Amino acid sequence: MKVLYFAWVRERVGRAEEELNPPPTVKTVSDLIALLHDRGEGYARAFDKPGAVRAALDRVHARGDASIAGVKEVAFFPPMTGG
Amino acid sequence: MARVRVQQEDFDPGAEAEALTHGRTDVGALVSFVGHCRDEGGSLAALELEHYPGMVEEEIARAAGEAEARWPLLGATVIHRYGRIAPGERIVFVAVAAAHRGAAFAAAEMLMDYLKTRAPFWKRAIRSDGAVEGWIESKREDDRSAARWSAAD
Repeated sequence: MKVLYFAWVRERVGRAEEELNPPPTVKTVSDLIALLHDRGEGYARAFDKPGAVRAALDRVHARGDASIAGVKEVAFFPPMTGG
Repeated sequence: MARVRVQQEDFDPGAEAEALTHGRTDVGALVSFVGHCRDEGGSLAALELEHYPGMVEEEIARAAGEAEARWPLLGATVIHRYGRIAPGERIVFVAVAAAHRGAAFAAAEMLMDYLKTRAPFWKRAIRSDGAVEGWIESKREDDRSAARWSAAD
């Protein structure tokens, strides 16, 4: 799957996007956050407080317990500040 | 069906509002809102707006669809800019046409609340001395304002 990062999540991770093939044990958005958190220092800083990061699955807002099965594009970003 | 545009360039609010009523005789109310980049202490050089291309258009269209399902609207236009925006410049435009003002006011307000809390945009401030500040934090007040529209269902 493609994983996208925006705003300070992107800056902390150090990249805007990457390809990821999570193991089958990673079933939900929260599982994926835990996996990413352990990928290195920047990731750890980005995903330190799971509640501070929002997620979208295939361009639709999703909660932590949402299943990532069959999802092609996952995005992580801070709470939105448009308008 | 609402018209949604996400763009770098400025827009003409008068022409956009006019387009919603042009040649029509059934529109009794047109409400439009323009959000500007505001400088609080004379130290802001610009806002930098990042967005999630693809999702942002879809998310705004979803919000507009919710508004159309909820009120009898005759048309709606939403424009949101991204990139570098200087104080005084326009950032966002929402206009809603309806037969009566109640629906037009309510739908315009709902759309603005949704843009603030659900459309994937992120702002950061660039100061006059060139310093790039941190990302602007979301406001609880905006979340509360947006929650009104789902709590009423």
